[in-house]
Amino acid sequence: MNDTLSQFSVLSLYSAMAIYAIAFILFTFDLARGAGREANAAAASDSIVQATGDGSIATLTRVKPDAATQPRGRGRLARIAMAMTWLGFLFQLAATVLRGVAASRVPWANMYEFAMTGTLIITLVFLIVNLKWDLAFVGAFSTGLVLLLLGLAATRYYVEVVPLPPALQSYWLVIHVFVATLGTGFFALGFALSLTQLLQTRREYRAVESKPTRLGWLKRLPDSAQLENYAYRLIIIGFIFWTFTLIAGAVWAEKAWGRYWGWDTKEVWTFIIWTLYAGYIHARSTRGWRGTRSAVLAMVGFGAVMFNFTIVNIYFKGLHVYSGLK
Amino acid sequence: MSRPSDHIDPGQAAPAEEVRGVRLGVVGWLRWAWRQITSMRTALILLLLLAIAAIPGSIVPQRSSDPNGVTQYFADNADLAPWLDRFQLFDVYTSAWFSAIYLLLFISLVGCVIPRAKHHWDALRGAPPATPQNLNRLPAHLSASMPGTSPAEVIAAAERILRRDRYRVRRYDTSERLTVSAERGYLRETGNLVFHVALVGVLIAVGFGGGFGFTGQRVVVEGQAFTNSLISYDTFSPGRFFSATDLTPFSITLDKFTTLYEERNVNAVGQPIDYTADVTTEVRGSDPIKQVIKVNDPLRIGGADVYLLGNGYAPAVTVRDPAGNVVYQEMVPFLPQDRNLTSVGVVKLPDGLSKQVGLIGFFYPTVSAGHSGAFFSMYPDLLDPLVTFNVYVGDLGLNDGVPRSVYALDTSKLTKLTGTKTDLPSLELRPGETAQLPNGMGSVSLDSVKRFASLDVHRDPTQGWVLAFALAAVAGLLTSLFIPRRRVWISARATSGGTVVEYAALARGDDPTLSEALTRIATAHGSDLGLVRE
Repeated sequence: MNDTLSQFSVLSLYSAMAIYAIAFILFTFDLARGAGREANAAAASDSIVQATGDGSIATLTRVKPDAATQPRGRGRLARIAMAMTWLGFLFQLAATVLRGVAASRVPWANMYEFAMTGTLIITLVFLIVNLKWDLAFVGAFSTGLVLLLLGLAATRYYVEVVPLPPALQSYWLVIHVFVATLGTGFFALGFALSLTQLLQTRREYRAVESKPTRLGWLKRLPDSAQLENYAYRLIIIGFIFWTFTLIAGAVWAEKAWGRYWGWDTKEVWTFIIWTLYAGYIHARSTRGWRGTRSAVLAMVGFGAVMFNFTIVNIYFKGLHVYSGLK
Repeated sequence: MSRPSDHIDPGQAAPAEEVRGVRLGVVGWLRWAWRQITSMRTALILLLLLAIAAIPGSIVPQRSSDPNGVTQYFADNADLAPWLDRFQLFDVYTSAWFSAIYLLLFISLVGCVIPRAKHHWDALRGAPPATPQNLNRLPAHLSASMPGTSPAEVIAAAERILRRDRYRVRRYDTSERLTVSAERGYLRETGNLVFHVALVGVLIAVGFGGGFGFTGQRVVVEGQAFTNSLISYDTFSPGRFFSATDLTPFSITLDKFTTLYEERNVNAVGQPIDYTADVTTEVRGSDPIKQVIKVNDPLRIGGADVYLLGNGYAPAVTVRDPAGNVVYQEMVPFLPQDRNLTSVGVVKLPDGLSKQVGLIGFFYPTVSAGHSGAFFSMYPDLLDPLVTFNVYVGDLGLNDGVPRSVYALDTSKLTKLTGTKTDLPSLELRPGETAQLPNGMGSVSLDSVKRFASLDVHRDPTQGWVLAFALAAVAGLLTSLFIPRRRVWISARATSGGTVVEYAALARGDDPTLSEALTRIATAHGSDLGLVRE
């Protein structure tokens, strides 16, 4: 029975990957489409003037409105791609839940499962943030990254359902690991936005110097300052989750290993990531570090997250040896 | 730490002095150095350096977390290892350079927190700043005309609305206009300070924590008891300020050790799924209590925590001389070597037999033989146990005063009598069996096979403090990142037949909802005055 469930889980995951692949292509076309078009966002004026009547309160002028609320049309391609991402998400959710049911525990106890749940969270964060702000342009990155990780997980990390070793039998597995995936989801989006910010900054410089650029497709996107704000807001949420991961991990380590901190390789990298993002947050208020440099830090930070998840998990010696790979 | 947006880095503003070529003197240089170290840029660079400095400790094995790995590294890289050791790369996290970075970072942090705390204290007691002349230059600005109202009632309503929204309020009136200046979100800065002070707290608590506590390891076989005293530990590492009288007298008897292995899931047969140590504990002066220790469930006793960190088999071995007198009878813990618990153990017989005899034993809980005839264990549970012994005679090396591990036999002065490369096969014993030692030296019996648990006993009186500071840091972080700090000004100027009102807001730090908040205030203000949008 459990075998059947985990087979369905795999099937559902493959379906999700196929759907994500379509979404990825559509998102990419949507980005490319912007290359030939002028920014239509500029049409939305920076100041909205309304007439005042007698005896009433009226909003007259609004200087520098929060660009987050600027109307920015989402193209048809992007809308379809977003719908596909939702669909893929539902399939992946089914796959993850089935895996959990097949194993009778949370579906994040080895690398395959962690990749599955982690990418599910990345997609979920992307989808939810898009309900608030229009960040469809990150879709190509988000679905691309998720596809890549799922492909890696399905081909290289796949392990059959096995019971939990005694060291993992703790409710802290539920908390610590899940919060870590949440943090990873926000950091991933922060990475994408910071990358876009860097490209946008470059395009803006080229535009000021009236030089030709191949980054014309970025015209339609928010300007670099706005991208930086988006990235910052997502990354501080990720940072909170990461801080909590660190503390929850320490509490669990105290229970399972008898010490709350022992500079185990995974602990070292969790600390490095925390420090990098702490640096990022400080960089935003340091003269000369705002903008490009802080964006680079955000990207290095996510690079460390990915390094921690893949290289450290598989090749580094330590106590966190739960990849399930032999 | 991040400074308020109106902060000016003193380290940057100083050069005028230097340009004039004024001799700074010792105090001047110290002040300069202090400014440099407490500058935001230095703090940021130290933070990034700390991240980089932590990396080698994850690549090179560390003495603190992986002492065997270090030994192995020295063996594998005989040329490189001493050089790495010279740069403390096997002790990265206690090394001079790593410590220097984090100590400088914390000095920088303290140097930043103190003036900021003072600045914040003054702000908390002071009034919101005077209203700027041109409100329309601020990042968020709205204006409205309110015919039929007087500036006085308009500004009174504004004051009321802002107070209700928990703004701190102060009136600045001129003959031209009435204004109210308001500020809120002082908690943002409080949170920021709490976060950074809490980090210092974590550092101090961690620093002292190691000093007052201890860690000790002890292997206990089923049926055995162990008392919490220095001599009963196999290994013991006290903190710097620890004294042996700090050990609370208690004893722990291992009644039974139960393991559970996966039997049904074909992908995981033999994988351990549960370890349970049933123990009887007794703190001096009270009745014994039956308790359980599990892997994620340590036993808290006498101010210390007892963890179940390992387990294995302990064959009960009896050795008799040719006359049948017992010369040795012990339960010998064998150290597990693989996931099916093939285990290795050592018996040393310095007296009682005609010569000094050493036995190296291999234990197979479920024995099987490979193609070559070599034994291996195919399952970790006790289904078909077998012990084999290689017998050595000669000098055990126990009399030269050098401490020897009970788990290793130094065979340099011993002659091998049984096993590979000898004329005799190894002794093979199943529980209840007896085998004769070569040359009529006596006999060895395997009476039974018990299990042992390896217990770690820790005491760290400051770990509660570490947790408390860490949680305080999280609380501080949450408030400092998500509570908006805002200044709002509202001015009312009389015009013919009414009042013109201006609303303006300024964020201090990141504040995504500033305009919305100002709109909300303006709307609430309008409805408080009984005005409606037409």
